[in-house]
Amino acid sequence: MSTLWNHYHTPKTIDEALKLLTDYGGQARIIAGGTDLLVDMRAGQHPAHEALIDITAIPEMSAIYRQEDRIYIGAGVTHTQIVRSAELQAHARCLVESCGVVGGPQVRNVATLGGNVAHALPAGDGTVSLVALAAEAEVIQAGERRWLPIGDLYLGPGKSLVDSTRDLLIQFRLRATGAREATAFSRIMRPQGVALPILGCAVWVRLDDTLTHYDSARVCIAPTGPTPERATEIEQALAGKPATAETIQQVILIAMEALHPRTSKYRATAEYRKEMIGVLLERTLSAAVTRAKGG
Amino acid sequence: MAELQVVVNGEAITRDVPESRTLAQFLRLDLGLTGTKIGCEEAECGICTVLVDGLPVDSCIYPVWKAQGKTITSIEGLAHGQDLHPLQSNFIAHGAVQCGFCTPGLIMTSAALLEDHADPTDDDIKHALKDTFCRCTGYTSVIQAIKSAARERRGLPPLPVKDPEVDEPMDVISHSVPPQEVVAKVRGEAKYTDDYVFPGMLSARTLRSPHPHARVLAIRTDRAKALPGVQAVLTHTDVPGENLHGLVYRDWPVLCSDVVRYVGDAVALVAADTAEIAAAALALIEVDYEPLPVVPDPISAHRADAPVLHPQHPTGNLLKHIKVRHGDIDQGFAEADFIVEREYHTPTTEHAFLEPECAIGVPEGYPGHDKLTVYVGSQIPYQDRNQIALAMEMSEERIRVIGTLIGGGFGGKEDIAGQIHVALLATVTQRPVKMLYTRQESLIFHPKRHATIIRIKTGAKRDGRLTAVQAELYGDGGAYASLSDKVMTRATTHATGPYNVPNAKIDCYVMYTNNVPSGAFRGFGVTQSAFAVEQNMDILAEALGIDPLEFRLINAQKVGVTTATGQLLRESVGLIETISDVKRDMLAQHNGNGFQWTWREGHKAYAWGMACSYKNTGLGGGAPDKSEAEVEAYEDGSVEVRSAAADMGQGIAHVVAQCTAEEMHIPYERVRALLCDTDLTPNGGPTTASRQTFMTGNAARIAASALREAITRSAAEMLDVPPEQIRYEEGLLRYNGSSVELGTVVSWMKAQGLQPRARHEYWAPPTQPLGSGGDMHFAFSYATQAALVEVDLDTGEVHVHKVMSSTDIGRAINPLMLQGQIEGGIVMALGNCLTEAFIIENGVPWTTLLSRYKMPSIKHAPEIVSRLVEDRSAEGPYGAKGVGEIPSINTTPAICNAIYNATGVRIYSLPVDQDALLRAIKHGEAEIHTAWQDVQ
Repeated sequence: MSTLWNHYHTPKTIDEALKLLTDYGGQARIIAGGTDLLVDMRAGQHPAHEALIDITAIPEMSAIYRQEDRIYIGAGVTHTQIVRSAELQAHARCLVESCGVVGGPQVRNVATLGGNVAHALPAGDGTVSLVALAAEAEVIQAGERRWLPIGDLYLGPGKSLVDSTRDLLIQFRLRATGAREATAFSRIMRPQGVALPILGCAVWVRLDDTLTHYDSARVCIAPTGPTPERATEIEQALAGKPATAETIQQVILIAMEALHPRTSKYRATAEYRKEMIGVLLERTLSAAVTRAKGG
Repeated sequence: MAELQVVVNGEAITRDVPESRTLAQFLRLDLGLTGTKIGCEEAECGICTVLVDGLPVDSCIYPVWKAQGKTITSIEGLAHGQDLHPLQSNFIAHGAVQCGFCTPGLIMTSAALLEDHADPTDDDIKHALKDTFCRCTGYTSVIQAIKSAARERRGLPPLPVKDPEVDEPMDVISHSVPPQEVVAKVRGEAKYTDDYVFPGMLSARTLRSPHPHARVLAIRTDRAKALPGVQAVLTHTDVPGENLHGLVYRDWPVLCSDVVRYVGDAVALVAADTAEIAAAALALIEVDYEPLPVVPDPISAHRADAPVLHPQHPTGNLLKHIKVRHGDIDQGFAEADFIVEREYHTPTTEHAFLEPECAIGVPEGYPGHDKLTVYVGSQIPYQDRNQIALAMEMSEERIRVIGTLIGGGFGGKEDIAGQIHVALLATVTQRPVKMLYTRQESLIFHPKRHATIIRIKTGAKRDGRLTAVQAELYGDGGAYASLSDKVMTRATTHATGPYNVPNAKIDCYVMYTNNVPSGAFRGFGVTQSAFAVEQNMDILAEALGIDPLEFRLINAQKVGVTTATGQLLRESVGLIETISDVKRDMLAQHNGNGFQWTWREGHKAYAWGMACSYKNTGLGGGAPDKSEAEVEAYEDGSVEVRSAAADMGQGIAHVVAQCTAEEMHIPYERVRALLCDTDLTPNGGPTTASRQTFMTGNAARIAASALREAITRSAAEMLDVPPEQIRYEEGLLRYNGSSVELGTVVSWMKAQGLQPRARHEYWAPPTQPLGSGGDMHFAFSYATQAALVEVDLDTGEVHVHKVMSSTDIGRAINPLMLQGQIEGGIVMALGNCLTEAFIIENGVPWTTLLSRYKMPSIKHAPEIVSRLVEDRSAEGPYGAKGVGEIPSINTTPAICNAIYNATGVRIYSLPVDQDALLRAIKHGEAEIHTAWQDVQ
């Protein structure tokens, strides 16, 4: 029959979810918000499943909490929860900014960070920020529960390390920004076609004790490849440099040499994307430096 | 699994519900709460929004079992008994409801917003409603309504309604009365086709061609027929009558037999017990196709070696060659001091009305139905009946078409969609059959706005007078004729712009191709030609060193001018006043530094741009144009006005009710409009060509006037007073210091065997065919708009901040609703300029999802200052002429002219591509000939 799923489960524990996955033997799939998954299934871009296992009713996977200097975000946490989290607003601002521009409230109230990551789009807004935050993800694969760098989850456009018919993405963790540290996110959209960013950019910066120079930085600009990656050339170029407009202009030149965004159909030309690298670095680095200085 | 337990609108509900249900399906199908509408099932349009534990969600993609244990609020749960929620009452008061299909979604999204923000700013509202779309209002009134409701909730008086100024208001005419059925719309009680349910009703689906052009070798339906729950599978051999339909040329197969001509052509039909079974059965129908060479565009179609798509058409792929000849074109250019020649491209665009097509067929003999009956939200019910009759080989008298409420149309619901198919299926199965298109099916199936290539050469003297216009237009008619002939005729005849052009030579070639058919879309071809005409005007103005406003004033049509089709304009040409209005409003926008066309702030460039437009009212071109209305008075003192004139949100229902109330001298509240039932309402003709206010407004006006006279005569007799001593006041007939209720007179008439009823068939003034000279149209509306545009010089992004608009519509019958239509037209046109293109790649649509077709959201909505010019049309009802299309014609060129003024880059192809714009700015190029769809 052409129903997209025949059974819908809302387990209350991780064990229950894992047992369901095992019981269905690959015929069931994990679902969180489903705002991408169900649309893709309807459009025939994703196969139908015998059962969907909704993990958003598992308390452990639906919370944001802080332990020491780390913030933990359950894979089933919605974009709205992230946007409204005082902890994240103060200590992972880029994630709040990126999750705040996803969809409208109807989508943000349902769509989850875990779903965003499992979808494995190289320029997913939440993804770009998680990479710049050097976040880690906890997954259960073949009975083994382990933490992985966020980047390891991305195998290619739309291809995730997490097989949602067998594995479970549990949660994320990231270091809260401290003194002299700050983050920022920005993106470029176009008003036509599919609502994917032409280019997104998240940065994390730490200034030195005098607040005049970069101590270190992390930068993610995407899509510039099949998976979201750190722009190490930019990060190295920023380290130790004065936190000035001139430095930003210098690293923009380096970035435009180092990064090779592609032309993608009905989205953007390579040349336009290259121009946007400069625009976004300018916006995000300026904002992050101001924030790191306590502004 | 346990039963589903939820609280819906305050009521605890425990139900055994299929686990595959979405929340929207649960509300609509299991609980019968049809106020929640389904627009796309992609989480794109937001109109299915309901609250789950107070948070808005898209119920179309929310699995209902996800809501287990939660509290759901739908539109039906918002009012307290008869007391409307402040959002509901303010949506009505501020004119924020037109077709009403998106209204529940807008209100529910706003309801959640007001819980979080007691005093929302414009930005808060735009942030919250970003993904809740409305295609009718243009959002201005929506924002006003939400802010006003927020005030009421805080105990403050509501915001004043922005009711436009009008000349000489009458008793009911030129007053902003609430539209018909508006309370039902805000309560979620209004019924659109998909909201109707009949016991035993089947669900139907259509198998459509995946090929743009192919021979059909064989169709095998055995496996589909064998699927349990399938009640009928039909192909072309099951069409009893003529297997063709079409409004102008009958060239479109009901079900394809030998050839398919576009992706979406109907090949087979299924009716089954459920929608899921019907969909499964479609997959079991086997069709053998032999792909044929594809005709991908109108230029290819015109080549001598192109495959001929309709061999019976006498001019091959040339659907129509349309010619305008006026004066002496060579002489005109010889006289010109400056000549500008440019080529413009416009893409195929999509109406994106928020209600996908739906039709229900009910067989003759089904309880309550003595005829084969089709329920449908259609713009032309009588022609539906005619086309159903021809395909069914039945007399029209045996068929009844009942028009339901329509969730937007904009020209896209004129052609046959499922009407004939459900008639066939209902007849075969002897059960009611519902055919609801998915959004994705709607996208590929229905006729679109023509893609065009327009080469236009304009000449002017040094003093600014235009001397000549020569133009060549190519229109992509797509696979079937639909209204191509008429649409592209309008593009051609309006290709001089609303100016005095003594010499013109215009040729238009509408071509058959293997793309989705093109047809009617608000603006009817003039949207495309105005994009070219009005930019050429600005280019010439700059070359001549004349201000763009002055240049248009020099050339503006006025009484005494003869148009390029040979029509002497004798009255009601308010163009100059609209230019003056916009000029005054625009010049007042100067930030204290004097008006500037363009300026820069940091990396932002700002500029104004303007454009004019005109649009005919009515069919014209020699087509007999008539409309009929009937008015009947009842013993309770109420009056019903009846006509099959479709209201797709534009408001003909309140227009005819207002005309009736005015003539009957009774309060508007006593009049109800009954529209679009071929058994109960006379033919109001098609809702197209901005004609209904003029045509059916007149029919209602004259019928009501005749009824009032009849009632007066009867009252005079009944009361034994001279008729001239009887006057009407608030539903009473007063005489000699005494009074009698209207209903009492009606009762007396009935007792005397008199029918308190009058009918009038209104014929528009005759028009002449193109090429014969004389009056091609009986009225024109005019408009001028100016747009303030911001271009981000770092990113190429374009934002429209303000639009100044002035529109000559003869008479504002309902000023507030008219203003809403103008605002909606402007925002729709803004989409035409900046966001919209329906992409087809070698005959295969890429735009198969609503997520691939962006229409303007509330974030795009500019501030709109709209003025009305009421240059009366002597023949129009109270002086009114058309309004439906005129506001959506010149916004696009006004924005493009502004972009040029801001950046020095001119846009020759739509929609404006920020990518190309930025590259042009960086490279110092002055022209862009590509658009978003060219980013490959």
